[in-house]
Amino acid sequence: MIRKLGAVTLGRLRKMGIMGLFLFKAFFYSVVPPVKVMRVLKQVHFIGFQSTMVIMLTGCFAGMVLGFQGYNSLRQFGSDAFLGPAVGLALIKELGPVFSAFVVTGMAGSAITAEIGIMRISEQVDALELMGLNPYRYLVVPNFLAMIVCMPLLTAIFDVVGIFGGYLIGVKLLGVSAGVYFGEMAAYVDMADVMEGIYKSLSFGIIIIWVCCFKGYYTGIFTGFGAEGVSKATIQAVVMSFVLILVWDYFMTSVLF
Amino acid sequence: MISIDDLHKSFDGNEVLRGISLDIKKGEVVALIGGSGCGKSVLLKHVVGLMKPDSGSVTVDGKDMSMLRGGALTGLRERFGFLFQGGALFDSMTVFENVAFPLKEKTKLSSHLVRERAFREIENVGLSGSEYKYPSQISGGMIKRAALARSLVMDPEIMLFDEPTTGLDPVTGDAILNLIDACHKRLSFTAIVVTHEIPGVFDIVQKVAMIHEGIILAEGTPEEFMSFTEPVVRAFVG
Repeated sequence: MIRKLGAVTLGRLRKMGIMGLFLFKAFFYSVVPPVKVMRVLKQVHFIGFQSTMVIMLTGCFAGMVLGFQGYNSLRQFGSDAFLGPAVGLALIKELGPVFSAFVVTGMAGSAITAEIGIMRISEQVDALELMGLNPYRYLVVPNFLAMIVCMPLLTAIFDVVGIFGGYLIGVKLLGVSAGVYFGEMAAYVDMADVMEGIYKSLSFGIIIIWVCCFKGYYTGIFTGFGAEGVSKATIQAVVMSFVLILVWDYFMTSVLF
Repeated sequence: MISIDDLHKSFDGNEVLRGISLDIKKGEVVALIGGSGCGKSVLLKHVVGLMKPDSGSVTVDGKDMSMLRGGALTGLRERFGFLFQGGALFDSMTVFENVAFPLKEKTKLSSHLVRERAFREIENVGLSGSEYKYPSQISGGMIKRAALARSLVMDPEIMLFDEPTTGLDPVTGDAILNLIDACHKRLSFTAIVVTHEIPGVFDIVQKVAMIHEGIILAEGTPEEFMSFTEPVVRAFVG
């Protein structure tokens, strides 16, 4: 019993060590040339451009819901003038980074895990290694750099569209003054709040690409073989990303800000 | 050129290789035969350093593959070509892009020369006209040919073939073996061919080694092999 528990614990620790080393290598090869610029741009298009519409759609509805809920709650205290700051702060500090990260995980992260996973099980990754090429530079680094570029930008788009969604409901539907909505927002939302959102989105992006690339790269080693292995790796990548994003969000909010 | 010495490898307590020893001279083509799951492909992956042995060694020109790291391992691997069982073509690239890929990434040739060499290699394996097809658009035999063209385009000194004829009809299988023979005559590489194509492969190799229960059970020229009386060898050779 104790031996079994020890073996499981050692196995987990080993896996965590490999995952940590994977992140270190991803950082290392991202800053040490050569970088495959065309592949980075291709991934920027894949992660960034293709997620934009969904980010705008979810951002708009998130802002509209906040507009409704915020107005109804604030009106009870006669504070409906603070709807702008409530929507702005909620989106910029929390909902924007977290919702954007969830959308990107679902749209791009899962696809990246599946793509690398299929390359692993069909020996395409081995083929790269045998050509004397570094698989990290071809498969991990371009995704890593693209995510660092895209994630804060996508979050910014989410925030802006969300604030516009809140404006539509609060101002156009429920009658809050446009001047009050934006004026109070400008008074209560400062640069530190915006930076908090950017730092969060950047760190969420790193978490997503770390987990998704790792799960794909080690398909067949940690998640079984064949199509089932790729399927398991993709599910694990999405679930693990979601959990780590929320845990890291709590850590950042409580400790760093 | 390649020396395998007392190689042991286990997976989850299952000992696949139990002390394999084999020497391959420069320019020699060796057929590696044996039952399914006996460790032939595992042995090939040790030769090229994709797997590390539990004990024993694989040396290539005196360099122990399991001890090499980083640039030294990459440098030695550049002397290898590897034909994977499933081809391992990059499925998001066309046949031409697959064959040109190592040239683009590992040489400083102009795009014109890359194109010329890739097209010549594609022609050598009989795939002219399929340059712009994707792996999903061509047959299994054509995938093997394209993979062969990609592995040969850098003029490797050592070629490893992992079941090059598996899954192909007899005619296509023979064509692939003849193609390997023609490439060997043209490039004079050293090669290991893992195969079940018996006795067809005997025509193109200088030596045959049979793995059974994790060891080399029999080894010799094709002629010697046909005269072995060991029951397991006879059952396999027929």
